[in-house]
Amino acid sequence: MNPFKTLGEKPWLAQPAGIEHSARDGLATAQSAARIALRFILAIVTVIFFLFILTFLSRSQYPDFQALAGQPWQPFTDPSRLWFNTGLLALSSLAIQFGVYAARREQLNNAIAGISSAVFFALMFLLAQLSLWQHLQSLGFYINTNPANSYFYLLTAIHGLHLLGGLLVLTNVVFRVWYDGALDRLSGPLQLCATYWHYLLGIWLVLFALLTSRPETINALAAMCGF
Amino acid sequence: MEHVAIADQVDELHDPDTFITKYVWSQDHKVIAIQYSLTAIFVGLVALVLSGLMRLQLGFPDSFDFIDPGSYLQFVTMHGMIMVIYLLTALFLGGFGNYMIPLMIGARDMVFPYLNMMSFWFYLLSVIILLSSFFAPGGPTGAGWTLYPPQAILQGTPGYDWGIILMLVSLAVFIIAFTMGGLNYVTTVLQARTRGMTLMRMPLTIWGIFTATILGLLAFPALLVSAIMMLLDKLLGTSFFMPAIVSLGESMDYTGGSPVLFQHLFWFFGHPEVYIVALPAFGLVSDVLATHARKNIFGYRMMVWAIVAIGGLSFVVWAHHMYVSGMNPYFGFFFATTTLIIAIPTAIKVYNWVLTLWHGNIHLTVPMLFAIGFIFTFTHGGLTGLFLGNVVIDLPLSDTYFVVAHFHMVMGVSPIMVLFAALYHWYPLITGRMLNVKLGQAHFWFTFLGTYAIYLPMHYLGFLGVPRRYFATGDTSFIPESAQTLNAGITVSALIVGAAQLIFLYNAFYSFRKGEKAGHNPWQATSLEWQTPDVPPRHGNWGEKLPVVYRWAYDYSVPGTKEDFVPQTVPPEEVPMSAGDTVGDNV
Ligand code: HEM
Ligand SMILES: [Cu+2]
Repeated sequence: MNPFKTLGEKPWLAQPAGIEHSARDGLATAQSAARIALRFILAIVTVIFFLFILTFLSRSQYPDFQALAGQPWQPFTDPSRLWFNTGLLALSSLAIQFGVYAARREQLNNAIAGISSAVFFALMFLLAQLSLWQHLQSLGFYINTNPANSYFYLLTAIHGLHLLGGLLVLTNVVFRVWYDGALDRLSGPLQLCATYWHYLLGIWLVLFALLTSRPETINALAAMCGF
Repeated sequence: MEHVAIADQVDELHDPDTFITKYVWSQDHKVIAIQYSLTAIFVGLVALVLSGLMRLQLGFPDSFDFIDPGSYLQFVTMHGMIMVIYLLTALFLGGFGNYMIPLMIGARDMVFPYLNMMSFWFYLLSVIILLSSFFAPGGPTGAGWTLYPPQAILQGTPGYDWGIILMLVSLAVFIIAFTMGGLNYVTTVLQARTRGMTLMRMPLTIWGIFTATILGLLAFPALLVSAIMMLLDKLLGTSFFMPAIVSLGESMDYTGGSPVLFQHLFWFFGHPEVYIVALPAFGLVSDVLATHARKNIFGYRMMVWAIVAIGGLSFVVWAHHMYVSGMNPYFGFFFATTTLIIAIPTAIKVYNWVLTLWHGNIHLTVPMLFAIGFIFTFTHGGLTGLFLGNVVIDLPLSDTYFVVAHFHMVMGVSPIMVLFAALYHWYPLITGRMLNVKLGQAHFWFTFLGTYAIYLPMHYLGFLGVPRRYFATGDTSFIPESAQTLNAGITVSALIVGAAQLIFLYNAFYSFRKGEKAGHNPWQATSLEWQTPDVPPRHGNWGEKLPVVYRWAYDYSVPGTKEDFVPQTVPPEEVPMSAGDTVGDNV
């Protein structure tokens, strides 16, 4: 659909024959509706994180802001724990994608295996993030001691909540398919879940990069945004 | 099995049979719409009472013991927030969006009915949380509907403890509710249109609601983000927005946060929000005007373009609310320019409404009265907006009653006018009965003239420099005695207008049982919602078969046709022609 062409139509004129029965109208499937809705959800998620990140960059230009990396005593100068967590999330993404491939070929056991390991790794990721919180607190980096810390807790929490929401939807999809006994209908919804999963992985990578940036990088980014 | 079209899924069609599934835990878009509307009207009445209390204090200072400076601020805040978010947004999108979208595009229901139902229950929850703050220790927040930090969460502002927390949580829940509903509205419009219903054949109501919903989906996150960060500032002592500050002689633990950052976030939501309210109103009023003037809407395409253009531009004008905030002065120039640009598509719409009336066959029905009233009030409020959009004019007028008058004319009275136009217009469809005309006319004249009696003088008070959000102005050198007399007059008008709304409530209740039976299509309208087999439409809306659409929604007074309207469902070869025989090419 070309929006400019659509907006250029003249609906008051008699329409060329055939337009009354253009096949798509009124014939949307649940799957195509869900796909559209997912696009909007991803747009909303993007706006949320975009705004958080903008405020992060803006806030970073005030003198009390101390980035979490760059100096030897800062926790993310050595980001190995973050890499470990990233690995867990990436495994979760891989597993769900494997589940999608299996579901498409109607290999049920493999699909279930894929989904369960995706859930497992996602939960592991969340636990690992929690333990990272504890680690930071044990080092004395509390949420209110510095705006950079505040953003670390805030962004990881919001990202985690999005993942939890995804887990809820995934569980719902699996159970609904299960009860309807329509296992051949698994791959469509699962594909949408997988898209969401990969998207959250992408967002996490952005957050990772931001939170482990040295002050110079952050300042340069902020300058680019005009802060 | 995999590719069943939503419209053909028969299992969705089973009528709900128990009272609970039919009226309470219902997934039918029409029931949800009514639930949304009744809840919204209920909180709206609370907000109306609050405004009456404020007016009592302003008109007759020191006469009422139960209004002290603190509670006055609480009334201001709750009044504003309820009116903008919990009444107008909820009623236009949750109420009219839910009712109109499936009916006007020829669908059986929303595409995600369960999500739609949850949307209402979350909305109800947000309303309950909001109202519970009246009973919380310290009462509701008095921070102003803009909730600016640092004052919103510091001692000295009423409700700085529980009130503000409940407000922020309630907003977050509302946003979740809106998002669930909004996903439904946009997806339904994009996916569930019936055969022949191309995008450009949709009534403008749907275009307004559709665009407003997209604005809401993209703008509410800004409010959510700022609410979360402010909650953390309040509860966990972070300093996102809170600067280093000395409060009541004590220096607080906050370090250098940025209150202006909050204002940017808030208005990045706040300005689109005014169009989230305005665009559905634009759409609804266009359809009411065309129907009751028996004429196609003037410049349909331009109307659609204007809606889309306004929607896009509304994201780049937000800082015109912040000319006095101490932001970078160069911003003022940019935002003044964009603000004046957005006035162009807005003005186009006003011209087109007027031109729709021009040479129309105007029926002065009650909905039409309200629709014409809207053209007046909206033009009025839009013109003062042009002035405020200029930095040099805004500086002295900012935070005075001039601004209060502006936004009440443009987003208070005008959408309310449309709301009533729409309620009088669609009540026959929703209930199957007509509202009483005489009562409706009385309601209109009290409301229309009354709002002018309230808001015209406020412009003048603004010129004098009377500040907004003040419990009392005390002795000043610049506000003359006579301002007090004027204030008393405004209060009297406000109380009369408030009381006049009882006429409507009475009419709505009375006509629900005793009103004249509406029958099919009492206004002889063309759009789909009036072509359902039953009035009011039943579950599933269309009976056995979905309607097929052959034309746009504005075939009124088509030359050569027998009647002055051709419904969207009439195929070209079946249009009754005035010469007697049916000839089909004159569509
Ligand atoms: C011609 C179009 C418009 C222009 C140029 C315009 C301009 C402005 C400006 C510059 C202000 C800021 C005044 C100040 O705080 O000093 C303002 C305030 C406001 N406007 Fe408009 N406006 C327009 C249309 C609208 C519409 C359509 C709505 C709502 C449907 C609206 C609702 C509001 C509200 C609620 C405020 C007050 C916000 C507050 O509490 O500070 N405006 N307008
Ligand atoms: Cu604005």
